[in-house]
Amino acid sequence: MSAVTIVSLPDQATARVPKVNFLTKENGLLSWLLTGDHKRIATLYLISITFFFFIGGALAGLIRLELLTPQSDLMAADTYNKVFSMHGLIMVFFFLVPSVPATIGNFLMPLMVGAKDLALPKINLLSWYLYIIAGAMMLYTMAAGGVDTGWTFTTPLSTHYLNTNVISAGLAVFVAGFSSIFTGLNFIVTIHKMRCPGMTWFRLPLFVWSNYAASILMVLGTPVLAITLVLIVLERTVGIGVFDPAKGGDPLLFQHLFWFYSHPAVYIMILPGMGVISEVVSTFSRKRVFGYTAVAFSSVAIAVFGFFVWAHHMFIMGISNYSALVFSLLTMLVAVPSAIKIFNWSFTLYKGSITFETPMLYAFGFMGLFTIGGMTGVFLGATGTDIHLTETYFIVAHFHFVMVGGMLMAFLAGIHFWWPKWTGRMYPEKISQLAAVVTFIGFNLTFFPQFILGTLGMPRRYAAYPPEFQVLNVFSSAGATILGVGYLLPILYLTWSLKYGEIAGDNPWQATGLEWQTQSPPLTENFAEIPIMDREAYDYEWLERQQQKEVASVG
Amino acid sequence: MSDSPEHEQHIVSPKVYVAILLALLTLTATTVAASYVEMYVFNAVVALAIAVIKASLVVLFFMHVKYSPRLTKLTVVSGLFVFLCLISMTLADYVSRAWGRW
Amino acid sequence: MSDSTAIAHGAEAGAHHEHPPYQRHHFETVNQQFDATNFAMWLFLLTEIMFFGGLFTAYLILRNWYYPAFVEGSHQLSIFWGTANTTVLIISSFTMAMSVWNAQMRRKSALLLCLVLTFILGLVFLGIKGIEWHEKWVKFHVPGLHYSDQTFLNPASDHEVYAEYHDKPLAPDMASKAQQYFFLYFAMTGMHALHMVIGICILGFMIVRAKAGAYTSGHVTFVENFGLYWHFVDIVWIFLFPLLYLISRHQ
Repeated sequence: MSAVTIVSLPDQATARVPKVNFLTKENGLLSWLLTGDHKRIATLYLISITFFFFIGGALAGLIRLELLTPQSDLMAADTYNKVFSMHGLIMVFFFLVPSVPATIGNFLMPLMVGAKDLALPKINLLSWYLYIIAGAMMLYTMAAGGVDTGWTFTTPLSTHYLNTNVISAGLAVFVAGFSSIFTGLNFIVTIHKMRCPGMTWFRLPLFVWSNYAASILMVLGTPVLAITLVLIVLERTVGIGVFDPAKGGDPLLFQHLFWFYSHPAVYIMILPGMGVISEVVSTFSRKRVFGYTAVAFSSVAIAVFGFFVWAHHMFIMGISNYSALVFSLLTMLVAVPSAIKIFNWSFTLYKGSITFETPMLYAFGFMGLFTIGGMTGVFLGATGTDIHLTETYFIVAHFHFVMVGGMLMAFLAGIHFWWPKWTGRMYPEKISQLAAVVTFIGFNLTFFPQFILGTLGMPRRYAAYPPEFQVLNVFSSAGATILGVGYLLPILYLTWSLKYGEIAGDNPWQATGLEWQTQSPPLTENFAEIPIMDREAYDYEWLERQQQKEVASVG
Repeated sequence: MSDSPEHEQHIVSPKVYVAILLALLTLTATTVAASYVEMYVFNAVVALAIAVIKASLVVLFFMHVKYSPRLTKLTVVSGLFVFLCLISMTLADYVSRAWGRW
Repeated sequence: MSDSTAIAHGAEAGAHHEHPPYQRHHFETVNQQFDATNFAMWLFLLTEIMFFGGLFTAYLILRNWYYPAFVEGSHQLSIFWGTANTTVLIISSFTMAMSVWNAQMRRKSALLLCLVLTFILGLVFLGIKGIEWHEKWVKFHVPGLHYSDQTFLNPASDHEVYAEYHDKPLAPDMASKAQQYFFLYFAMTGMHALHMVIGICILGFMIVRAKAGAYTSGHVTFVENFGLYWHFVDIVWIFLFPLLYLISRHQ
């Protein structure tokens, strides 16, 4: 890696992690379980979603292991259905949706807007408890024999043809939905009402903008999923038949209502990740994000367009040709704000003083993989090619490029980037750079072959496949192993760094955000005094002047 | 801190509430009466129009939106907007299915 | 934005700031606290709009598909009880609005009276709803649990309704779709009633707190925000009433 670095750590011989910070303020389990502090809740969330990520990851491992051979020999086809359904449910509702907002977002939102806490700390804690209850219900579902509907609860499959635990899984997702509603609601209120003096809308970091956009989707989309799941549960328990064709109901209505949430949900997952990338790219190229306003508004535009495109998940389900046409055109529109972001990040890099710390490596991974994922989304948004490619591995590869290649990379970029702020200690740089590269290689090896498999016509959701697909599947499974190593490494060295990492100091990256101008880890009330924002976001010249002033006064 | 901490809040006089109550009750009577008149498709239109008026009265006065900051108004409008998107775009599919293929 | 009123102050000023006891520590001013919680309540109501929105969408679509069945299904509802319930709910909304006013004016006993009235009217609403649901049960109109197509295959068998509407018998195919009407009737009124039950529970809690004088010392946020919830539930009913009871009376 490049020898150039911007890291400026305090003198390790004398530096100490501040005695009083949010982690040490109070002790004991109860002080954590009853906390109102957004940073502690974020920590609780971080631990919980990591737990679920590894369950989901283990299930993914089982899937890839089964697909190593063409026959369904590791597990029965039924079991395979359950495994991929649980993988989807856990990853979507218990990892991807809360990943960045509920952990990094929760930690940073008040720090970035210059507030002492989120507007509604108790609701924030409630949101975590709801998440835990939902998680417990999902674990119960798994222990009780799992569910094999796929994560989409497709009717009438989920209501008529299966005897698995659809009810408990549905209720788990219902509860998890409320957890995410409360997070989103809290963010919107905080961003509107809790900004510190001088913090105008266009001085907000782009991370705040993208989380704001995602929160709008959470608040407006999730309740539709909630009522849909209620109807599914009622259909299984008391025989309500709104989605039951035998009773005159309409399964397509379920699809409309489900995707009305679940399409915006993919923007809930990706938008906060884009916010992380904006912060990271700016910090490690020492430049204000190119076209700040355009990037800010592109987040909002993605959120708004997100509500108009849901039926592109239903092109082969029998919706009318005319509405397919309209939804296809609207889908293409989403590519515009996404491209605006990619182009603006690229222009930010142009003539920047780029350094290659770990978060930046992940960010590069994001930009490459998200672009591929997004472009293949255009294939799927076009009705003609969609009919050929949907329900094949092409779509599996597409959304894994966006969700894993995009979102997970962004999540890891964010975790590494703010780790010093969160814990007061640095992660080990060399091994984490290695992990970022391993993840990138493993990811491509896992999912790129799936694009080819998809175009060759291998259908998704089957335990067995024709032998001629085996070579590419072996590649994919091998890649998954490497990817697994790439995800295990951070767990190990981040845990190690909690005790042995170098002391980070307030602002190891020389970043400009408000969160870097307070101690690491921050105080419970974030700032010693309420900050006043008297500059634009990403103003590196301000930072330089600030440092010169400090040197002058010390000298 | 002043002694009336919520001084910014507009206090709506009970007279307004009584007037709105009477209006709502009158409109309820009207909509029930209208349902007894044969108006073909307009029965539904009239009933929904009256419901919209009633709901607006509740939102504007009982819920104080008329006296609230722009942000609250925007929140209400955005909720309605997304709700109408859900209904209209779903219906667009159902309606155009009857048109058959190209 | 209203937070422009937030005043930056140094650490030592913050320590001696005189806050009313109900101000949470992380807010700069009481106004900011009120604005934030009020806005949060509105956002929550936004989610409620979308929650019911799904049901309204389903109703609209299925009603258009099975128009005759929905018309005859709605003839089974009693406009009398529906009107009575609408009136009860509107009056309860009024008493709720008056509760907010009394809290703002710090009139404790009047506040208590209004809250208790709202509480009682809420119970009356549920009581009437119970009467209606019971009637559905008796007439085998609870789909999934206690249901028969009989009324719609042979409307004359239901003398009372037949005397008023003279419904024609539906073809068996269409008659069976009347249960879609009742699915949605129960889902919508059930969800609405669930919101009422939650509201009544919170009202009970508020009455106890109001007795202790919690809302008449200048801190009306809770009453105000609960009022928003209660009015929202009222609005849902304002739409359910014409959709379920009225618009098909003449078809």
